[in-house]
Amino acid sequence: MLEINPLIIFFAAIFTNNMIMSNFLGMCSFIAVSSEIKTSLSLGQAVTFVLTFTTLLNYMVYHYILVPLGIEYLRYIVFIIVIAAFTQLVEMIIDRYFPTLYHALGIFLPLITVNCAILGVSLFMIIRDYNLMQSLAFGVGSGLGWTLAIVTMAGIRQKIKNNPIPKGLEGPGITLIITGLMALAFIGFSGIVQIQ
Amino acid sequence: MNDILTTVISISAISGTLALLLSIANRTIANYGDKKMLINNEKELIVDGGDTLLSSLIENEIFIPSACGGKGSCGYCKVKVLEGGGEVLPTELGYLTKEDQDGGVRLSCQCKVKEDISIEIPEELFNVKQYDYTVKQNNLVNSTIKHLVLDLPAGKEIDFKPGQYIQILTPTYKGNDEEVYRAYSLASPPSQKHTIELFIGLIPEGICTTYVHTLLKEGQKLTVVGPFGDFYYRESEREMVMVAIGTGMAPIMSILRHMHENKIHRKCTFFFSARNKQELYMMDKIAEFEKDMPNFKFIYSLTRATDEDQWEGDKVRVPDLIKKYLENGANKEAYMCGSPKMIDSAAEALVEIGMEEAFIYYDKFE
Repeated sequence: MLEINPLIIFFAAIFTNNMIMSNFLGMCSFIAVSSEIKTSLSLGQAVTFVLTFTTLLNYMVYHYILVPLGIEYLRYIVFIIVIAAFTQLVEMIIDRYFPTLYHALGIFLPLITVNCAILGVSLFMIIRDYNLMQSLAFGVGSGLGWTLAIVTMAGIRQKIKNNPIPKGLEGPGITLIITGLMALAFIGFSGIVQIQ
Repeated sequence: MNDILTTVISISAISGTLALLLSIANRTIANYGDKKMLINNEKELIVDGGDTLLSSLIENEIFIPSACGGKGSCGYCKVKVLEGGGEVLPTELGYLTKEDQDGGVRLSCQCKVKEDISIEIPEELFNVKQYDYTVKQNNLVNSTIKHLVLDLPAGKEIDFKPGQYIQILTPTYKGNDEEVYRAYSLASPPSQKHTIELFIGLIPEGICTTYVHTLLKEGQKLTVVGPFGDFYYRESEREMVMVAIGTGMAPIMSILRHMHENKIHRKCTFFFSARNKQELYMMDKIAEFEKDMPNFKFIYSLTRATDEDQWEGDKVRVPDLIKKYLENGANKEAYMCGSPKMIDSAAEALVEIGMEEAFIYYDKFE
């Protein structure tokens, strides 16, 4: 594996290898919660926060527990447990010490547990053999990339709110079509750098 | 063999550590200590901080109606929070109107007690308790209605007003995988505190009625919460008009039994309708009322009388029965129970003959 500068990984995770636009991970909450910019930004922040820390935690669990014991194949289940526990812990902490933030994120935090982008990032980090700094950059970048995608989508959806859309395409239908068009636009970034 | 051991031990250790961490967090971070709860500016309770308002109230045996059991999906457990509930959560918004939000109404299953809190709940809910009844009797009284008689454990009593209802907690059974509460009116008089009686009609595919009709046997336990409801007998001098169809007979029966026992001889007319003679029930009890209560009159019709019935009387629906036999509604009050459609058209008929809407009390069986 070539040593890629963490900064490159960071930007690549936002633009060229965006979790939603090039990997289509975390689609369910992306489609369900992208009707308003404000709420999607809240969800994006929460995802970024959880992604950053779970990537780091999973990195340590994988390299310091699973690898030495030779049980790497358990990574799927272990990563899921770590993500679920961490999300719950974060919810408790935010609820207690940051009531305003909890109020904004409250409903989205538990949703993050089942956001496949989070698990995806942890698994990609292993497949691509990233070191700690690279993983951190990848985690933060992926979170910001996910936020960028969902906020952009929310912006577009707010714009088209009052436009006539064929009945059968309202809601998730048109959102998926727009996602496809956005993904095409994101391909434009892909010539800049590739990280896989 | 070693692989299996290593796998099992490491997974257990990782899960165990995380579970331990979460338990510690739950004890420290999510523990808000004891908090004071002031109810209706008079009753003060000490509750565990961090719990939801609904579970704190249930722990103190104050039962707020909740059909979904605290999952935030029925919107029944509304409580007015005067102070200390924090901001309204996004999970509550779908169930609260603008007026609710302005008035401090919250969903008690979502609102957590994190500081001293002051709430307002209807006075009668203080009386609401959970009871573990034993089925004493479960017999058919006509082709579709069961007369359910439930006994309380020794030493326990229920206080209610004639006309109120209770909720039965239907357990899970084959074909029904979630516990649900269903409301049924009490047919017994309030003087009877140890045993309650209900009339439960079979509704095709009804979760609770199917359970009562096909699975519930004598001697079994049944959880009941109550009493609830603002439909009940009012003391006054007005002449009474009672209207019911089907199991709507239950609360009317409770009121009539209460009046019979207490020798209340207000002028009272009870309009009832059934499809045919087979659907009539409790007729011996009503005959007893007619005999002992000089001012009580029972008027009924059979809307689809069969040849066997040899019925010469009225064949019209209840609203037309009212129009035929009741000349004017002034200075009268009405007690009506049954389907919403019947109640709406009967109420219309009563208003037409001059009854004031404020004196029409009803319990719509929806």
